[in-house]
Amino acid sequence: MKSWMPFEWIAAIRFLREGRMQSLLIIVGVGVGVAVIVFMSALLSGLQANLVKRTLSSQAHIVLLPPEEIARPQSPAAGISLRLQKQAQRLRSIDQWQQIQARLEGLPNIAAISPMASGPAFVVRGDANKAITLLGIDPVRYSGVIALPERMVAGQLRVGAGEAVIGIELAKDLGADIGDKIRVTTAGDATETFTVTGLFDLGNKGVNARNVYVSLRSAQSLLDLVGGVSSIDISLHDIDEAERLASKIAAETGLTADSWIKTNAQFVTALTSQRVSSNVIRFFIGLSVAFGIASVLVVSVIQRAREIGILRAMGASQGQMLRIFLLQGGIVGFFGSLLGSGLAWTFLMLWRLMARNADGSPMFVIGVDPGLVAIAAGGASLVGILAALLPARRAARLDPVVAIRG
Amino acid sequence: MADPVTHPVLQLTGIRKSYGSGETESEILHGIDLRLERGEFAALIGPSGSGKSTLLNLIGLLDRPSGGQLFIDGQETGQLDDTGLTRLRGQRIGFVFQHHHLIPAFTALENVAMPLLVARGRPDAEMFEQAGRLLDQVGLAERKQNLANQLSGGQQQRVAIARALAMSPSLVLADEPTGNLDTHSADDVFALLREVNTRLNTTFLIVTHDRRLAARCDRIIEMVDGDIVADDRVHDKLPA
Ligand SMILES: Nc1ncnc2c1ncn2[C@@H]1O[C@H](COP(=O)(O)OP(=O)(O)O)[C@@H](O)[C@H]1O
Ligand SMILES: [Mg+2]
Repeated sequence: MKSWMPFEWIAAIRFLREGRMQSLLIIVGVGVGVAVIVFMSALLSGLQANLVKRTLSSQAHIVLLPPEEIARPQSPAAGISLRLQKQAQRLRSIDQWQQIQARLEGLPNIAAISPMASGPAFVVRGDANKAITLLGIDPVRYSGVIALPERMVAGQLRVGAGEAVIGIELAKDLGADIGDKIRVTTAGDATETFTVTGLFDLGNKGVNARNVYVSLRSAQSLLDLVGGVSSIDISLHDIDEAERLASKIAAETGLTADSWIKTNAQFVTALTSQRVSSNVIRFFIGLSVAFGIASVLVVSVIQRAREIGILRAMGASQGQMLRIFLLQGGIVGFFGSLLGSGLAWTFLMLWRLMARNADGSPMFVIGVDPGLVAIAAGGASLVGILAALLPARRAARLDPVVAIRG
Repeated sequence: MADPVTHPVLQLTGIRKSYGSGETESEILHGIDLRLERGEFAALIGPSGSGKSTLLNLIGLLDRPSGGQLFIDGQETGQLDDTGLTRLRGQRIGFVFQHHHLIPAFTALENVAMPLLVARGRPDAEMFEQAGRLLDQVGLAERKQNLANQLSGGQQQRVAIARALAMSPSLVLADEPTGNLDTHSADDVFALLREVNTRLNTTFLIVTHDRRLAARCDRIIEMVDGDIVADDRVHDKLPA
């Protein structure tokens, strides 16, 4: 006997060890439940993180626009409104954008701020003629918002005077390559010729066919926005805070602030409902684990009635009996969760081996988070103790006379 | 706390016990008066179903009487809650049962130390030394590390007696302690009880069917149908 261990712990452990088969079976049962929960959680969070990452690879977390901007490419009618805008509306710029940018820099949770002058244009090369979105950027600032440097597939991200970076889709449409010249024309009939310095692939066909990056200055003059910007892109450290921060910025600056959560509302709703349904599944797995533990302990209390009676006759209190059985539940939950985490880890390793893209690279990266294992261990121990409540109360209230006569 | 020297170890006045309620209520004990002094070695005999075990469970504070008063070492027990009864039971009373004596998940030594462990909450070296001495005294020095079910019936009963003595109780209650043993083992176990009684002056109340063993006690109390019908002092070595 370990001298630091209280009586209740000693008795709980001995009882579990004595009922070896029962204890082992229920620990395996708890383990399988925990393994499914951990595996499912890891899979889901890996999947969702991957989806969010893909979605946000070509989007800012928050976009600031002038106050009454009407036509934004957001609805299925985007193409139409783009054309209407081109004919009817002059691009609006953000007033005093430098001051706003300076103020934003003081806010917490902001990772990068990138002012931009953008608008519709046409690009012409030889016979080919394409509608595009012209984006004037500061490449260093813009890279803080969208990981464009990582997405360059040819050339480099360089937008000096007369230089442009285009997507691979547009390059194909125009038959253009690095070093070739393209001509950009806007609604106001402003025209400039650019040399292609880089090709990017942002993983989105529309974006790859439409976006043309040039220097902020070139875009400003082509779009008749001299000195101004049409939007400010913001990226955050904690993307879940996007909506809150967007409302705050909108209230403070009077600008329109769109968070990625709002612009991707359907996507976010899908993610949320996926999480809700997985929580429901987790809850029911937890419930069946709890019932398993409870039923094993109920049987154990009946089997041990005499021993309970003898212990009571020797001066063991109701509280001591209660704790002995609560502990058995907790211990079974704890060891079950360790087993379950080990199983989940094995499943995840197998998953990594099997779930691969056509080129052999992992489909997406998932791992067993030590925090998740700790939560599983704590949660399963707690579930075990709760499941043991009823049997433990029975043990405590057992009439020692009946138990001994047994 | 009452002073055990000036009070009888056990005093019962008008103890009644009924089971059931209303129509099905039946009274098993009809007003028992009984007094046991320190160091008495008493047998409780009577036909099966006469209420001996019921009475022993009441005295052992495992059950509550339906009426009457019960004093242990001069302390009235009627007002105690379950915690108080449990504590008094643990400190003052030792049990030896006929069946299911020991807890099989523990060794002989651990079984003997169990009342001390229950009372103190954590194991310590001293309690195992004491348990070891008790096992030496009941002649099981070689069996300390055996699990309970690796012992013979007589050996198990010796362990149970050692365990009953662990808390140095004032009163040991034994319900047919030799009922399950062959004659030879029964004699040994009985002799052991007697020896403890002589050496430690512990009070014993022993239920037995065996008239031969009862005759070796100082006092024979006979029950029939829930009443004490005879109470004879066999030897004259008793305190007055
Ligand atoms: N829990 C109980 N409910 C109802 N009757 C009981 C209960 N326990 C004992 N009895 C009855 O009380 C009587 C005395 O039993 P008991 O004390 O065990 O007798 P003994 O030990 O002398 O053989 C018996 O008739 C028995 O049926
Ligand atoms: Mg009986």
